[in-house]
Amino acid sequence: MGGFFSTVAGQIILTFLEALALIVPLLIAVAYLTYAERKVLAAVQLRKGPNVVGVFGLMQPFADALKMIFKETVIPAGSNRVLFILAPMITFGLAVLAWAVIPVNNGWAIADINVGILYLFAISSLGVYGIIIAGWASNSKYAFLGALRSAAQMVSYEVSIGFVMVSVLLCVGSLNLNDIVLAQRNVWFCVPLFPMFIVFFISALAETNRAPFDLPEGESEIVAGFFVEYSAMAFALFFLGEYANMILMSALTTILFLGGWLSPLPFAPFTWLPGPIWFIIKILICLFVFLWVRATFPRYRYDQLMRLGWKVFLPLSLGWLVLTAAVLMATGWLPHAA
Amino acid sequence: MIATIGFYIFAVILLISAAMVVSARNPVHSVLFLILAFFNAAALFLIAGAEFLAMILVIVYVGAVAVLFMFVVMMLDVNFAEMREGLQRYAPVGGAVGLVLLAELAFVLGGWQFHPEAAALRLSPTPTNLSNTAALGNILYTRYIFLFQAAGLILLVAMIGAIVLTLRDRRTVRRQSIARQVARQRSETLAMVEVSIGASVAEIGVLTPLPEAEPEVEAAHAAAHGAGHGEHADMPHTVPHGAEGH
Repeated sequence: MGGFFSTVAGQIILTFLEALALIVPLLIAVAYLTYAERKVLAAVQLRKGPNVVGVFGLMQPFADALKMIFKETVIPAGSNRVLFILAPMITFGLAVLAWAVIPVNNGWAIADINVGILYLFAISSLGVYGIIIAGWASNSKYAFLGALRSAAQMVSYEVSIGFVMVSVLLCVGSLNLNDIVLAQRNVWFCVPLFPMFIVFFISALAETNRAPFDLPEGESEIVAGFFVEYSAMAFALFFLGEYANMILMSALTTILFLGGWLSPLPFAPFTWLPGPIWFIIKILICLFVFLWVRATFPRYRYDQLMRLGWKVFLPLSLGWLVLTAAVLMATGWLPHAA
Repeated sequence: MIATIGFYIFAVILLISAAMVVSARNPVHSVLFLILAFFNAAALFLIAGAEFLAMILVIVYVGAVAVLFMFVVMMLDVNFAEMREGLQRYAPVGGAVGLVLLAELAFVLGGWQFHPEAAALRLSPTPTNLSNTAALGNILYTRYIFLFQAAGLILLVAMIGAIVLTLRDRRTVRRQSIARQVARQRSETLAMVEVSIGASVAEIGVLTPLPEAEPEVEAAHAAAHGAGHGEHADMPHTVPHGAEGH
């Protein structure tokens, strides 16, 4: 076993298998998240939701996928062909790419890199390109307006996400995601950094263009925003990208604030469940809140969205960062990086 | 071995995409090539073992600066044919400026010398017991903190300058004051009207627009309240008052 997998070719094959073991469950999770969303929304609105295809409608995601695959791909005549096709690939590719550094259990990451959190931040800041390129390449005014909205929105909320991450990093003293989770053995960061937890979660909603911040695709004003010209599989890729991003943001919330794979309390009945199960349970709870928020809140107006990002979250997260640093310095708890 | 091959691949793509930035016809394509160049530079940093710099390059330049570039360039209404017209007229001037810069570069490179100590330091760029993020932090925030702060101040001045240049007070823009909305009292917006049975809508005066919270309108309110139910003769009186209040 050790002999083959320690050679270069073995390493490559091993990494490939690891990636496959992560991506296949991820894609299935994405498919069933669309189902879960429809079921949760239906439950909130006292409807039944999809219940025809398969038992409890469980085959619905596959029916949708088949429908999407067999539809005709329409590329508008005035569009920039290469970029038009590239945009959904970027959106979906980035959403999957980010999972390379997510630790599912102690040390269970495909790439356990030193600057894991920066990698995630870089990937999430690239997400805007898929949307902005789609909007421009479509050569349609609605798509373009949607792209502009989303670019402004995602850049705005990234700033506060960055500050929230920095205050977590101050408490950890490392940029490695594994270390971030291990630093929460005594107390999860959502307790001492509770306001930052809330700011992070709301910014995550804005960053993934989810309700109540789904202005880039506001269907009542700009028909469907940046993907109005897309059809068939390209459209499906945008959709899958959005849901994969939701799962990613939930995983990130779990790692930064909810103790990753750690059990809530470090003794018997809680430790019976293995780490990855806890990790998945926490992600599912975050995802449910994503859906719950969508069912509950009306869409923000655009100026209110900008005000929330720049005038409320930015000062709050910056102030909390200074406070965190001051408390850590005063109490001598500041961790020293090795 | 793999690092060397990687270096050449990334370096070649970097140079090609840098050339494409200035030669692409479509400005949006230029920005996209710029982004490709940033990515390859980040990959070169990674090969050199500077993972922190690589990530920061992607986050700051690709994730923020290039997005804003893109934002601006996409909204420009550029006539490409018109832009290319002046090419031959301005080519000599541009060429001359390029030549001067090239000569300067040559002088600098010609007179380049390493201090022997610096040459020795170059061989061990990062302290071995520190990760390179921590090493960078030590240099920036501990050893050169004042220079770092000064650089920050200069950037702040540039930012304030840009804001001052573009900020103008437009009277036509309607602004929302959330504090005022939250502080609004019920008495300012609600008028309690006692409705008598059988009275028409016009008689009650329900259809009048809500008055602003201003003292003279408050007085009108008081009058409306004072006019108790049943005194129909007073009711039409409140209608013009409410309209005046607007």
